Amino acid sequence: MKYVDEFRDRDKARTLVKEIETLVGEIDIARERPIAIMEVCGGHTHSIFRYGLEGMLPKEIELVHGPGCPVCVLPMGRIDDCVAVAERPDVICTTFGDAMRVPGSRKSLLQAKAGGADVRMVYSPMDALALARKNPEREVVFFGIGFETTMPSTALTILQAEAEGIENFSVFCNHITIVPTIKAILDSPDMQLDGFLGPGHVSMVIGTDPYEFVAHYYKRPMVVAGFEPLDVLQSIWMVLKQIKDGRAEIENQYKRIVPKQGNNRALDAVFKVYELREFFEWRGLGSIEHSGVRIRDAYARYDAERKFAMPHLKVADPQACQCGDVLKGIIKPWECRVFGTSCNPETPLGALMVSSEGACAAYYQYGGIKKQAVAS
Amino acid sequence: MCLGIPGRIIKIDDVDKKLATVDVSGVRRQVNVACIVDNSNPIETCVGEWVLIHVGFAMSRIDEAEAAETLKILHELGEAQAEMEAMQASGLR
Ligand code: SF4
Repeated sequence: MKYVDEFRDRDKARTLVKEIETLVGEIDIARERPIAIMEVCGGHTHSIFRYGLEGMLPKEIELVHGPGCPVCVLPMGRIDDCVAVAERPDVICTTFGDAMRVPGSRKSLLQAKAGGADVRMVYSPMDALALARKNPEREVVFFGIGFETTMPSTALTILQAEAEGIENFSVFCNHITIVPTIKAILDSPDMQLDGFLGPGHVSMVIGTDPYEFVAHYYKRPMVVAGFEPLDVLQSIWMVLKQIKDGRAEIENQYKRIVPKQGNNRALDAVFKVYELREFFEWRGLGSIEHSGVRIRDAYARYDAERKFAMPHLKVADPQACQCGDVLKGIIKPWECRVFGTSCNPETPLGALMVSSEGACAAYYQYGGIKKQAVAS
Repeated sequence: MCLGIPGRIIKIDDVDKKLATVDVSGVRRQVNVACIVDNSNPIETCVGEWVLIHVGFAMSRIDEAEAAETLKILHELGEAQAEMEAMQASGLR
């Protein structure tokens, strides 16, 4: 338990781990196979690796690192589309830092920038809108990514552009939505999950009600969790308690941030500007029904896909990459053929190596603590 | 982006556009507060409040202790530094 000493409440953490051990001893299925709990959110993945939480848990618990990092699941085709637009001389392409490094089939946005394209890192879509105000003769495109956590920010920015009558601003919308994704995971035949840690900040926006189907229909427990180490441990305890009691409910460990009904102002903006796409493509996972949103007709002039008639390129994931298998929990990152060799954070082959919320980068960065080694 | 960062609202810049200035560990920048104001929580009540900020938008009011703990964790995760660099280096010029 070498990481536990860094905690603010190390005694609390030890107590929680003890209680988790006791609970696991009382769960029958744990005697036959590991109890598989998926953390859906990349923020949890990062926290789990940073604090070595996996190594502290009894070996009967297997944490499966889910697809909840929006940078990591961006498919190559969308990057290629964005690069094509960024290379137009009239365009200023703007995006978050992490998204610039995601490999496309030809190049990343960062490589496009090195080749002369005007690609700029911004902190906020509001900064992209400010660039549009300052550069009326250029087209400013914002490469919008993220789950429901960041969806309101681009929606509100589009509404602001409309209010000011700014016409040289558009969003290339790659926002994805969590609920259909969890459903696709639950429907996947090669997946065996006993429970979920629900995303904290997505839930801050959408609330906890949209997850009810996980409990009712799929009979799996889910605990919406904060990302501090104690939050994660406590949430794992709550999932295990449900399994032991034979319950399947949606519980909220992160009540201090997540209201049951979500954030109405944020949701209003999202519904006003976006509608569900029939399908959206995920890196490593393929196409998932209703898993992405697009800009509604009423805001078509802010939609970069329509403004620039994007080709909607479809590109298969690179042969060597096993990101899909990692995302589904079939293999661990270090079992990928190219992990740490041709795929590393400096030159990522797969997107899971790009952001510290991706399972491969997290393993790489924090040494891939193997459970057995630390727990013994 | 997904974890956000806590900051304290120090002044209201534009009531109509719902813009305010926040202080994030000494770095100041403008954020949009539309998601945390409504009729029962008007914009004037924001000053002095701690909020969780995601990509320039205040998404949730938080208390001071929560803000401090979250900042500490973000520093340990290396996210705070990255977030604040992004705030400062934003493509405005
Ligand atoms: S090591 Fe690289 S290619 Fe392999 S699964 Fe991880 S990110 Fe994908």
